[in-house]
Amino acid sequence: MHISRSIEVLVGFFVAIGFVAMFFLSMEVSNLSNVGGEEGYDVKANFENIGSLKVRAPVSMAGVNIGRVKAIDFDPESFEAVVTMNIEAQYNQLPLDTNASILTAGLLGEQFIGLEPGGEEDVLVNGSEIELTQSALVLEQIIGQFLFNSASKE
Amino acid sequence: MLSYLQRLGAVSISMFERLGRGSLFFVNIVFSVPSVIVRPRLLIAQMHSVGVLSFSLIVISGLFVGMVLALQGFYTLSDFGAEGMLGVMVSASLIRELGPVVTALLFAGRAGSALTAEIGLMKATEQISGMEMMAVDPVKRIMAPRFLAGLISMPLLATIFSAVGIVGGYFIGVGLLGIDEGGFWAQMQAKIDFSEDVMNGLIKSVVFGWVVTWIAIFEGYDAIPTSEGVGRATTRTVVHSAFAILLLDFILTALMFGDI
Amino acid sequence: MLEHNRGAELAETTPFIKVRDVHFSRGSKLIFDGVDMDFQRGKVTAIMGPSGTGKTTLLKLIGGQLKPSSGSIEVDGQNVHQLKRKQLYQLRKKMGMLFQSGALLTDISVFDNVAFPLREHTTLPESMIRHLVLMKLNAVGLRGARYLMPAELSGGMARRVALARAIALDPMMIMYDEPFTGQDPISMGVLVRLIRLLNNALGLSSIVVSHDVKETCAIADYVYLVSAGKVMEHGSPEQLANSDSEWSQQFMQGMADGPVHFHYAAEDYAKDLLGIES
Repeated sequence: MHISRSIEVLVGFFVAIGFVAMFFLSMEVSNLSNVGGEEGYDVKANFENIGSLKVRAPVSMAGVNIGRVKAIDFDPESFEAVVTMNIEAQYNQLPLDTNASILTAGLLGEQFIGLEPGGEEDVLVNGSEIELTQSALVLEQIIGQFLFNSASKE
Repeated sequence: MLSYLQRLGAVSISMFERLGRGSLFFVNIVFSVPSVIVRPRLLIAQMHSVGVLSFSLIVISGLFVGMVLALQGFYTLSDFGAEGMLGVMVSASLIRELGPVVTALLFAGRAGSALTAEIGLMKATEQISGMEMMAVDPVKRIMAPRFLAGLISMPLLATIFSAVGIVGGYFIGVGLLGIDEGGFWAQMQAKIDFSEDVMNGLIKSVVFGWVVTWIAIFEGYDAIPTSEGVGRATTRTVVHSAFAILLLDFILTALMFGDI
Repeated sequence: MLEHNRGAELAETTPFIKVRDVHFSRGSKLIFDGVDMDFQRGKVTAIMGPSGTGKTTLLKLIGGQLKPSSGSIEVDGQNVHQLKRKQLYQLRKKMGMLFQSGALLTDISVFDNVAFPLREHTTLPESMIRHLVLMKLNAVGLRGARYLMPAELSGGMARRVALARAIALDPMMIMYDEPFTGQDPISMGVLVRLIRLLNNALGLSSIVVSHDVKETCAIADYVYLVSAGKVMEHGSPEQLANSDSEWSQQFMQGMADGPVHFHYAAEDYAKDLLGIES
């Protein structure tokens, strides 16, 4: 059977638009363009409590996204959470004594890791560990502490 | 009472019989797919009638669904001062749910019913019988290209639906309601995950494309070859497809996003 | 009418198609109850009978689209229902069938319809296919209609195109399913002429299923009368016309009353009118 050229052109056009839409969804809408993934370097940090931090949560410094949480493990010896962060390769001048804390975006927002630079000349490299960490603030604990303090004042 | 039970038994037996026949038919189609790949012209012709002819419907529906989502979402989100999340809300609902589901429902109405009617009429006018007598296998020549075309077109249409819908949401959110453009896209990119959201939506649309095309072609092939029979088969295609889509959507959603 | 049949001198004794003791039922309804028939090479054999006696079913049985519940059908020495799918398709290439509706593919033109079996089964170059298609269309007198779509054809023209398509692969036999039904006298005359002409010119064996007695008798070499799942009578048209069976006489001459009653079985007329329901 012979089909006309215009049908072939239309079908080609249709498939092309489909792929453009797919490209749009993956590059513009989703995070695929940010997944530089393996190009960056990994840094570890131990936290007493990570709250509700999730894998793929952002890692930011001065409010700029510089990486993502790659993995969250539990250390059975120290009973602490071990968070592995993947920092993008271009940010390779973070001082060794950088401070990591788990923060919350807004009052009810999701949790992320905020880094504060230290003053050392040595820098974090692949496999380094961040020593200075601050755990997530757990709302119940804060309230509990507040109640305890106000009770002891009386 | 006994006759009621008898009737129930007869109905369920005939249901299983149809399901069995449909499954065998599907296996038959799958084995015929290689013969379509050898002759891409047949596939292109069907991609035109199944995919291209559904294109404008999908684009227009997608645009309006996205626009409505943005309008409705804005009033809810603004109560929490979270207008910036509008992009996330629109794109997540489209990519995860509405894109695949609404496209599949429209696809069943537009392309599925047309497939059933076409094949049913071919059967009623003895074209399928005639083809068999010309030693041409109608499953290879008629069914398999249509099945493959549906299977390929459906994910493309669903993707187009979602993309157009997000653009529609952008027009309303950024253009009309004055949300910050950078925030709209940045929040979206931060929240929508490629493998978690986009790929899962794509898998859904492939599954829906498979089930709708299968039902449509089987109903046509199995139709009673009269005008009334074809009419009923067409109705059944739309109804059964809608049920199958919504049921499968629930199962798939539970499997994909129900990470409790 | 019986001039030169190329196939005629070929073994009159071994029929081209042998139907032996075929039983077939659809659901609980018995369609055939032990039917024997022979179809000779190079002849036009007609199967006649009232509507609903399964004449079309018989053609589908011969073509292997339906399976008899018992009995055998041999075409050219091969038992149709014991063939593997591939062999059956191979055999069908040698069979042409003309459906009642023509069964043309509605989405392609007349030319493409006739070219369809050639394109499906051969790898001939397009120029060769064009020649063949025009030859076949010329044989049925529709060479000028090649660009029309099937929807633009009259019923008789559609059947002629279907006939051109049926002979496209040069089959050994053609089965005609009710070729005369619903035709005006001119198209009927054309079809009668074509069936006889093609049979003689191509050395085909033809099976005509019909209940148009006059036209069918004009072209048939041999006739089977079928009713109620059995062969009622068979013979040449002349033999049947002079048959002393009452049923055959009623059918051949189209009489309203006879062994087949004008009235459907009912209560006594007078009782019925008085409104006494039993």
